[in-house]
Amino acid sequence: METSELIEKFIVIVILFTVSLGVAAYATYFERKVAAWFQDRIGPDRAGPFGILQPLADGGKLFFKEDFIPEKAEKWLFILGPGIAMFVALMTGCVIPWSTALEFGENIVEMQVADVNIGILFIMGFLSIGVYGIMIGGWASNNKFALFGAIRASSQMISYELAMGICVITIVMMTGSLSLKDIVVHQHGFWADGYFTWNVFKQPLAFLIFFICALAETNRAPFDLPECESELIGGYHTEYGSMKMGFYLFAEYTSLFISSAVIAVLFFGGFNFPGMDNFEGNTLALLGIAAMFAKTFVFIFLFMWIRWTIPRFRFDQLMHLGWKKLIPISLINMLVTGLVIAYCEGWFN
Amino acid sequence: MNLETIAIILGGLTIGSALMVIISKHPVRSVLYLVLTFFMISANYILMNAQFIAIVNIIVYAGAIMVLFLFVLMLLNLSRENEPKSSIMVKLSAVIAGGTLFTVFIAALKDGVAVAATTATDADSIGLVENLGHLLFTKYVLPFEVSSVLFIAAMVGAVLLAKREKQIIE
Repeated sequence: METSELIEKFIVIVILFTVSLGVAAYATYFERKVAAWFQDRIGPDRAGPFGILQPLADGGKLFFKEDFIPEKAEKWLFILGPGIAMFVALMTGCVIPWSTALEFGENIVEMQVADVNIGILFIMGFLSIGVYGIMIGGWASNNKFALFGAIRASSQMISYELAMGICVITIVMMTGSLSLKDIVVHQHGFWADGYFTWNVFKQPLAFLIFFICALAETNRAPFDLPECESELIGGYHTEYGSMKMGFYLFAEYTSLFISSAVIAVLFFGGFNFPGMDNFEGNTLALLGIAAMFAKTFVFIFLFMWIRWTIPRFRFDQLMHLGWKKLIPISLINMLVTGLVIAYCEGWFN
Repeated sequence: MNLETIAIILGGLTIGSALMVIISKHPVRSVLYLVLTFFMISANYILMNAQFIAIVNIIVYAGAIMVLFLFVLMLLNLSRENEPKSSIMVKLSAVIAGGTLFTVFIAALKDGVAVAATTATDADSIGLVENLGHLLFTKYVLPFEVSSVLFIAAMVGAVLLAKREKQIIE
């Protein structure tokens, strides 16, 4: 790899890092504003105009709180827990294609950190690692409520990963590639050959199941049982305070952003938008970024909408839904998709 | 830094974290070091340009099986005090059995060692998912299908055990 290419990648990584953190920070602000809107309140409005400096105030508050480690806790694992949660949440962003390539003179800059040919599996892999942040943190706290939260989180994530994986397989079967870039390019434009090109119109059921699983994987309400405050105080982060606590909360909002982006890429055509063939070059790339972020923000809003509308599930209802409903439905969906693809390829003639 | 050096450093780290699995006193720490070992093994796969196997190794072992291990250990909450003590004879026989297995592995791998570090070139795409899938469904289709039957048997067994437990309670 040449030096210029290295610098270019470095810049893309730094931008992605900043944007992920920025979106995560402002997602906390929008969460409070959306909640206020649904509950007919005003929400935060003291810090700056309309309260837009609220995330900075929150971050500052967390930084200046006393940072302590409980006496009976496993010291290193207690520190490692939030670190893993944050690391994993930030890592998944690097295989997502944010737009088509930008051109600066002769340099062509891909709007994607790494186009690995196993892109979607990379995301699934890091998702499954994400549970360690919660488990290690919950166990190292040496508190029974934290341990309960950690155990709930691990069983919930393992259960919903299966249905999620099967939905991903249906999309991979339709595209014929594991690379996220190929999946997006396959959904080019909006309308072709007399039908929509976006996967959501071809696989509505897979989208629905994937969305429900994404809610469960990011521990968002109605599936926020690991931190269920009415039963477990605060769940896995009961013993945490200061910026370690902040890291857990931040990681949750970062993964909210990333999973919204993944849903946009897999089912809503990523950076594709209707009438994209009329543009080319940098205009197309910039409009692509705008389209991608618009879709992502719609999903972030949808996540919040659900949180403030639907009450929390019971744990047995959660397991029942995951194992007895979502997995069979997604398996049948996968089988039907396979049969349709085989029929289209002329296997039955 | 050429590939040779990276391979040596990575090999050292892999063996080091594998050793820590045995040396660690606390079972939960052992499991966490085992997770680290799986990551190191995946890194070795990537060095050989086998991306698919590397990520599947992480998803299946680090992401699912080890989480279940950790789950059980945390539920039992084993600590050094109430860990079951085994007699000196059991320990001795375990060392002999493990040592024998180790010797057999060394003997079996003696001729194949030199291959590993030299296969990492860009042109070599044998580990990429397209080629792997093609091989699995043509040349190795019988072993592949037989192993899937084995997995179904294991699943049926697990369901059966869970069901039997429930009947006793009723």
